[in-house]
Amino acid sequence: MTIATALVYLLAAILFILGLLFLSSPRAARYGNWIAAGGMVLAVGWTGVVLYRSFTSAGLAICVSGVVIGGVAGTVAARKVKMTAMPQMVALFNGVGGGAAALVAVAELLKGAGSHSELQTGLPVVFAIIIGSISFAGSIIAFAKLQELMTGTPITYPGQHVVNAALALAILAVAGVLLAMTGSVVILAVLLILVLVLGVTFVLPIGGADMPVVISLLNACTGLAVAASGFVLDNFALIVAGTLVGASGTLLTKLMSDAMGRRLSTVLFGAVGQVQQAGASTGVKGRATRTGTADDIGMLLAYSNFVIIVPGYGLAVAQAQHVLRELVDLLEQRGVEVAYAIHPVAGRMPGHMNVLLAEAHVPYEQLKEMDEINDEFKRADVALVVGANDVVNPAARNSPGSDIYGMPILNADQARNVVFLKRSMRPGFAGIDNELFYDPRTIMLFGDAKESLARLVAAVKAA
Amino acid sequence: MNEQLVVLVTYFVLAVFIGFEVVSKVPTILHTPLMSGSNAIHGIILVGALLIAAHAQTPVEIVLGFVAVVLATINVVGGFVVTDRMLEMFKGRQLGRTDGKAGKEP
Repeated sequence: MTIATALVYLLAAILFILGLLFLSSPRAARYGNWIAAGGMVLAVGWTGVVLYRSFTSAGLAICVSGVVIGGVAGTVAARKVKMTAMPQMVALFNGVGGGAAALVAVAELLKGAGSHSELQTGLPVVFAIIIGSISFAGSIIAFAKLQELMTGTPITYPGQHVVNAALALAILAVAGVLLAMTGSVVILAVLLILVLVLGVTFVLPIGGADMPVVISLLNACTGLAVAASGFVLDNFALIVAGTLVGASGTLLTKLMSDAMGRRLSTVLFGAVGQVQQAGASTGVKGRATRTGTADDIGMLLAYSNFVIIVPGYGLAVAQAQHVLRELVDLLEQRGVEVAYAIHPVAGRMPGHMNVLLAEAHVPYEQLKEMDEINDEFKRADVALVVGANDVVNPAARNSPGSDIYGMPILNADQARNVVFLKRSMRPGFAGIDNELFYDPRTIMLFGDAKESLARLVAAVKAA
Repeated sequence: MNEQLVVLVTYFVLAVFIGFEVVSKVPTILHTPLMSGSNAIHGIILVGALLIAAHAQTPVEIVLGFVAVVLATINVVGGFVVTDRMLEMFKGRQLGRTDGKAGKEP
């Protein structure tokens, strides 16, 4: 590495660090992203310049066409994706990054085929292949679950622990063999198949509600795989940037599971071998709920003093944030006090709901975080729950057997009236029934959140 | 060569500490954009992909290099664009307002 290259990479590393720092502060987050992007342009651009003289003709062709194709695909995907589908998009981008890290390591391994490579390059190669591939396969499953290409509920079978442990051991053994006989293509193929399978079986038993934590963890994994590739290629930029993401991603994973009130080990291994399956909620099946008309509920809202709105994923899916704001504006004109209670994991990721409501120009002052608003529910005339379920499920407080037991929830059940706008009685994302539906103070209004809200707007206008 | 390895390990260890430090105080509301932004940063693997693709000669190398470059570029470009879109939503509402050092967050 020339001195110029080293300095350019150092500058890029500084920009990445500053970028992450700014991204953690509400004031400067957007600049942080731009700064990090600047570091990336610098590092990649300079690499192109350095390589310029040594490109093989085929190499030049695949680099240029690869960057163009990848650039267009990435831009289109990122621009077209709906805000609600953001989490799975991040999973997908993370997956392809992990795949790229694994491929780089595979290419390096094949290059050294036949020769006896030292352990100090062999080890990171194998590490990058294993972690990169697991991240790739796991992210694809996470994407499929969130995109509802497959069921979001945990997929479990007896002996899952044993199977995964056996897979992991087999991978270690095969990796050892691969290190001993460097570059054996057959062994490499076996290893690739095993790690891809482990990536799939690792994520399958994890429920959709926990998926953000998993994506964050896989993100950290990809970072480490990239860092390992950096060791293989003797490349400072890859090591530093990959490690930064690996470390910050690990901490972020912890912060996220804390925000959800879940222990990380429960998220990752909790569903495995689980037999009780909703045992806590069987008692409420078959009980009656009270269904209201839009006019009743509109009247109730119009003559309330204080209404707390609990927005959830259903609101996001129906793209109903604009209608919701119209309803709130109407209520405020009538002198009703309104606040939004934002659960840390409302939507599908921490912070997701803030993004969606900001899009609808809801004033930031009205968005209250959970700790701030939870004592206010006692004072509220109505808790209007729009397309949310798990985040107000009292089972999290009362049923130790429940999947979501221990998750901090919004105290919507303490309001004088609870109104649920829901598509159907289908349980929420975590797949758990909600006893609050059957509470005598609860009124249900079924239908698409956007249509229901529009009907409420009309009802409040008429009231 | 061993000296070189020690230097690389040093970078690694220091980067671990910095990585922990920079995100230790991130508010919940920024978890998603931060995850997405750091996701884009590990797209630096594009540098690695270019290094192996540039000298590709055999068909296997060409295929591997090409796929690696495409995937890595999707990671980088998609990652930064999607993060910017998320953060754009806040602009003019909460983040934008404080851009011009106009007082504290509510």
